[in-house]
Amino acid sequence: MIGLNHFLTLSTILFCIGIFGVLTRRNAIGILMSIELMFNAVNINFVAFSRFVTPTALVGQIFAIFIITIAAAEATVGLAIVLLIYRNFKGINVDNINIMKW
Amino acid sequence: MEILIFSIVALIAVICSVQVIISRNPVNSALFLIATMVSLAILFILLNAPFLATIQIIVYAGAIMVLFLFVIMLLNLRRDEFGPERRRAQRFFAILFSFLLLIGITTVLTVGTFNSNQVESGWSKTIPAGVEPLAQLLFTKYLFPFELASVLLLVAIVGAVVMAKRRL
Amino acid sequence: MDWIIPAVNLKLILPEIVVCLFAILILVTDPFLSKERKIWSAHLSWIAVVIAFIANIRLWNLQEATFTNMFLVDNYATFFKFIFLAGSFLIILISMSYLKREEILHGEYFSLILFSTLGMMLLASGFDLVVIFLGLEIMSVSLYVLAGFKRSDLASNEASLKYFLMGAFATGFLLYGIVMIYGSVGSTNLGQIINHITSNDAGSNLLIWAGAGLLLVGFGFKIASVPFHMWVPDVYQGAPTPITAFISAGPKAAGFAALLRVFLFSFTTIKMDWTMIVWIMAALTMSVGNIVALAQSDIKRMLAYSSIAHAGYVLVALVAGGETGVSSALFYLLAYTFMNIGAFTVVIALGRKGQDNTKLEDYSGLGSRSPILAILMTIFLFSLAGFPPTAGFMAKFYVFGSAVKSGFTGLVIIGVLNSLISVYYYLRIVVLMFMQAPVTRTDNERIKVAFCAILVLIISTWAVLQMGIFPQSLLSLAQASVSSIF
Repeated sequence: MIGLNHFLTLSTILFCIGIFGVLTRRNAIGILMSIELMFNAVNINFVAFSRFVTPTALVGQIFAIFIITIAAAEATVGLAIVLLIYRNFKGINVDNINIMKW
Repeated sequence: MEILIFSIVALIAVICSVQVIISRNPVNSALFLIATMVSLAILFILLNAPFLATIQIIVYAGAIMVLFLFVIMLLNLRRDEFGPERRRAQRFFAILFSFLLLIGITTVLTVGTFNSNQVESGWSKTIPAGVEPLAQLLFTKYLFPFELASVLLLVAIVGAVVMAKRRL
Repeated sequence: MDWIIPAVNLKLILPEIVVCLFAILILVTDPFLSKERKIWSAHLSWIAVVIAFIANIRLWNLQEATFTNMFLVDNYATFFKFIFLAGSFLIILISMSYLKREEILHGEYFSLILFSTLGMMLLASGFDLVVIFLGLEIMSVSLYVLAGFKRSDLASNEASLKYFLMGAFATGFLLYGIVMIYGSVGSTNLGQIINHITSNDAGSNLLIWAGAGLLLVGFGFKIASVPFHMWVPDVYQGAPTPITAFISAGPKAAGFAALLRVFLFSFTTIKMDWTMIVWIMAALTMSVGNIVALAQSDIKRMLAYSSIAHAGYVLVALVAGGETGVSSALFYLLAYTFMNIGAFTVVIALGRKGQDNTKLEDYSGLGSRSPILAILMTIFLFSLAGFPPTAGFMAKFYVFGSAVKSGFTGLVIIGVLNSLISVYYYLRIVVLMFMQAPVTRTDNERIKVAFCAILVLIISTWAVLQMGIFPQSLLSLAQASVSSIF
């Protein structure tokens, strides 16, 4: 039998892989993909909780729908910013995008 | 049976997501992310959420990731521009941080108590949430956030046009 | 299947509706305006803010939830909306001349400012984590774009990208926090979270703890507190100056609105448990902000670190908690909005097209070049440093007073020491302005200040002095806005 914990473990692993990606990627698109991975991990949690904690209320699934909406909005704006950066900096390596001192 | 499906799909999801973050080729990275999302969609079906599985594939794997691929192709990135960090120190801290977080969250999730007595009840016969119950919730109880989501999408459209258009 | 349409009271969301409709109206009309008439978008946007402000006045002393408990109007939310609307009004006024000067006058700018304001208002009024989260995203996504609005300017691009990447990263943590709370409570509605925490022995549930911690990360990012402040200096320096002022005023207050709402009103019974963490955060935020600010040579970057430090002072009020703590936090955020926007208005007035003149040397001799601007800047800097008789002094006085009353004397001592440190870098600019001759400059022409900027300067000076000398009326307003909750 699969229980809640199976899904939570998987989601935790994916979330941490996403964080690792954000911290190690040096490329804006790579970081953005890692962030999408984190959002997906949260989505598993929401759906799993929705199934096991509130099986009749569906709150978690609704929340997951909103998260997908937000992921779409963020990805659109993020990729537009990446395009703009690419036009002006001729590259999207975040190490090079550093004209102000840190 | 379910445990078998779950194990296989979860394994695929983890392997693919690792590939997403270590792959040197941006297109591979994006394709592995799509594979991760599809395997998550299968898990959603296991969780009695067929509608969510559908939009996971249509919206996430379909629309959002195609946008990613489109931008990657448009920018024509070279491989050496995309590879992960090679500096040892930063890599080490990233591994340390994610690993600590992994242990932390796992502890929290195993020790914490959920507001439920059905947690381990297994596969009770709940009806799979099709379109109708979700739609009913979205248009009644969650009407307000639903409208807000439309505002958010409008902001995203305006923002994308402002950022990416050559001449405003 | 029965569909029960929830009771909807549109009167309660009238300010939000006005702001949203005008933002869309601007988007629709802007393409039809000729290049010379683009300024009408700006006029539309400030008209929208004024109407929303009036609509908001009518909601005072109302306490009512609508949309199935998703949206709550109480004096607390209404007071915060006054802060946001006042801030946006001033920002729109100072943006007009700035955008004209930089030749980036587009209607989308004002539309995005209005959308961002809408997001902040939702953060203050949201009574469900879904609404709070969506409000946060509406606000942030608009700000990511606004930070990069000078599209041909590399620093602005960089600010936008950094703000976006770190903001989205923080959103991931916030979401994980929400999901943990959802898992332990079974609902995302703040009312049910309160019920659950008070009825069960929630203090022992690690899940709620971890969820609260992750929420603190997400909100801590928005209010620019240490250790989630890495984005602040670059974003503040790179973004167009009116947007820098905007980010430091509205979104910070909005982050606090949600943070106070969630932590003080929902997690009250486990207050003693998380107070220690916020205590450390407050001490770190004040110290790091002030000490690093000492070393800055760019005024926008210096004000960025000062803005971090001010977030620390407000966190002191959060630690103090209770009615006095929250009302002092509200008063502080109101005072900070005016003094900070005032200071940034002077910074904008000194700029030229394509050159912002934000190095500290650019301020030397301002006293002889433009005495009035220099005196106004001095008032704002004194207020930021916390000298009497300005708003900054009274605000700090109330915050520290409430902390002493709650028994956090140690934190107050750290805060006072930090205020002393901050005097150095604020006064340094005053000294530069009055005691030093101007460095050899090519453009020693007179500084022309646009009419709207003069208006902003008058309003903020009046507010800073009013709140410093006669704080009682606004303070009692702040107290009235929290008394309904405690």
